[in-house]
Amino acid sequence: MRHLMSPLDFTVEELDKLFDLANDIEKNPEKYAHACEGKILATCFYEPSTRTRLSFESAMTRLGGRVIGFSDANSSSAAKGESVSDTIRVISCYADICAMRHPKEGAPMVAASRSLIPVINAGDGGHQHPTQTLTDLLTIRSLHGKLGGYTIGLCGDLKFGRTVHSLINALVRYDDIKFVFISPTELRVPDYVTDMLKEKGIEYEEVIKLEDVIGDLDMLYMTRVQKERFFNEEDYIRLKDFYVLTQEKLSMAKDNMLVLHPLPRVNEISVEVDEDPRAAYFKQAQYGVYVRMALILTLLGLA
Amino acid sequence: MLNVGKIEEGFVLDHIKAGKSMDIYEHLGLDKMDCTVAIIKNARSKVMGKKDILKVECDINTLDLDVLAFIDHNITINVIKNGEIVEKRVLSLPKEVKNVIRCHNPRCITSIEQGLPHIFILADEENEVYRCKYCEEKYAERQ
Repeated sequence: MRHLMSPLDFTVEELDKLFDLANDIEKNPEKYAHACEGKILATCFYEPSTRTRLSFESAMTRLGGRVIGFSDANSSSAAKGESVSDTIRVISCYADICAMRHPKEGAPMVAASRSLIPVINAGDGGHQHPTQTLTDLLTIRSLHGKLGGYTIGLCGDLKFGRTVHSLINALVRYDDIKFVFISPTELRVPDYVTDMLKEKGIEYEEVIKLEDVIGDLDMLYMTRVQKERFFNEEDYIRLKDFYVLTQEKLSMAKDNMLVLHPLPRVNEISVEVDEDPRAAYFKQAQYGVYVRMALILTLLGLA
Repeated sequence: MLNVGKIEEGFVLDHIKAGKSMDIYEHLGLDKMDCTVAIIKNARSKVMGKKDILKVECDINTLDLDVLAFIDHNITINVIKNGEIVEKRVLSLPKEVKNVIRCHNPRCITSIEQGLPHIFILADEENEVYRCKYCEEKYAERQ
């Protein structure tokens, strides 16, 4: 039985197959409308994440399957002290596949080791969020045409942002990508990431100001500065507005540059940018559903 | 100089970093065993200045050598039979260590899940880096 814990669980070839399927779902949704009829997805969300949960629920519903689950730990047996291992054994009796979100890192892995059904890691603390990475990759592949051969700028909180670390780890498997890291010194990408890039001989650059490099980018991945990653309010307030993408900054960018963002945004992308054809973040949310549909089909052996 | 007699059957752990012998004694579970154990602390050493030595009269196969290698892979093991050294073993870093160290990441599932073994995986052999199997947090305090 196959689970998804990290984006690297799939080989590049397996990902290509998954993305081909997602693109086919995009073009021919009716073909898949009953593909999961009679199947149940359990969404076990030990912490609230409305967007991810709804994306999974939408994916399963569009495949003709049904969804059960809980959306925070207080309404689950965890509040009574049940272990993840026990919960998943029980859920295995109720559903055919499980998407688990948990504030503790490694919880979905523990679940997968005890589960009788495929488990998808829907985010575990600051550790992994593989379906976000798959969403990002599918978006890049669909809108840029391929997963290699471009300069990508990653902007904002590069220190604590697991989305960014996961994406970098997934992208280094493709050829001819240059990374540009745009962040305040306090939120620089961790050394182990740059060490890994050096070791693999992958070109990268670290800069402070978005304006200095925006003209060189084929893709700009914006992230929000998450309040919960900071220990004190002052630092958060001081840093959160550092890297805001405005139409003015975007006017310096290439005509075909893609602007991506895992969402939700706070104010790091001005609302005026939404109307620009380069803004791809809402399409990204749509690709998130397609990739989750493809993933559910693949893990259930229905692809 | 203190003299400790030869052992007939068993093994000698040599080149233990001075002061670490009691840690090894505990990790190997020697406190729970019925055999004769000699703990020699701060013995003179040409190479190390001073070192600890453990002499144990029991079958070497009853021990988890992976634990030993994790604690200090520079330790050498002399296997003794009939009072003679019959084998010298060199340790290499284990690929995985189970329930020897604990994950200190407060966000790790091991901090709340009952009965979950603490497992660390060797992530970087050259730099001797171990990471928690669950949260991938680096283990920082090598013993």
